[in-house]
Amino acid sequence: MSVGEQALSTGPGIPLSLRGPAPVRVVAGFGFWLFLLSDIILFAALFATYSVLSGSTAGGPTAAELFDKKHVFLETMCLLASSVTCGLGSLAVQRTDTRAVYFWMGVTFLLGATFLTLEGREFAGMVAAGAGPSHSAFLSAFFTLVGTHGLHVSLGLVWLVIMLLQVTTLGFQPMVGRRFFAFGLFWHALDIVWIGVFTIVYLGAK
Amino acid sequence: MDSQLQAQGAAPGVDARDRHGARSYLIGLLFAVPLTIASFWAATTSFVYAPAVPVLLAALAIAQMGVHVAFFLHISSAPDQTNNLLALAFGVFVTGLIVFGSMMIMTHLNHNMMSMDELMKMQR
Repeated sequence: MSVGEQALSTGPGIPLSLRGPAPVRVVAGFGFWLFLLSDIILFAALFATYSVLSGSTAGGPTAAELFDKKHVFLETMCLLASSVTCGLGSLAVQRTDTRAVYFWMGVTFLLGATFLTLEGREFAGMVAAGAGPSHSAFLSAFFTLVGTHGLHVSLGLVWLVIMLLQVTTLGFQPMVGRRFFAFGLFWHALDIVWIGVFTIVYLGAK
Repeated sequence: MDSQLQAQGAAPGVDARDRHGARSYLIGLLFAVPLTIASFWAATTSFVYAPAVPVLLAALAIAQMGVHVAFFLHISSAPDQTNNLLALAFGVFVTGLIVFGSMMIMTHLNHNMMSMDELMKMQR
């Protein structure tokens, strides 16, 4: 640390009012963290809706009749594994190890895409069996909640592809590192939301 | 840099002590997989007293969310994480208000309402 930086910075002895601004990385990370929490509050509203309406089947199929737990277990494991590979990919970004970034983030993408394929197949099967979102309040709430999560995963995959393109074109600039870092937080947060989904929607089905 | 982290807080997801280690992700995986398997087991087994299953599922889910927050998002109670932890606490608080508040209100409403069947009969 140079003398100039030291003067700017921030030992515990310097009063709060005289400290310089926090580094961009910290500010950007905290801002994205606040966004993620607001996103989780959005999901909270959808979870509340689902919990209230999960019994309103309008004479149609109930949750217990519709869901296949083995299928959901596979989806869960895909997402959990992708969360870990995403973490390993973030570490590779910090090391600026291009090959490892492509490998781990590629695996993350494949696992995320597998998850979406499984979910899409489940949705298509339900709609084909006449249990589409228009059938009952329960199914509307189900498709809204799980569909919103799936939409987040899809957007995450698009984001991941863009980030890999940026690594190729821009290299590991601080800006790219920050964006990758935010992507990691986003992906982990989606996995946490999925814990709520599989517990309340699929395992809590009566 | 370390003193700066101490003074101004760290971004969420940054573990100052283990910045280049894959260890925390592997520990997280080691905890998360058995918790997931336990959840799916609890939902299908008849080994657990049936009315207790939802409580068990809730406990397992909260434990797994805790594992994810600690080992994947690296949120801890370290001094440089105070901002992140406070924001998380507020998020959890609002989530709880929305979910449990809605459920409580709607259950009481349903309780005070005439059942749908009787309502239909009256309209005829």
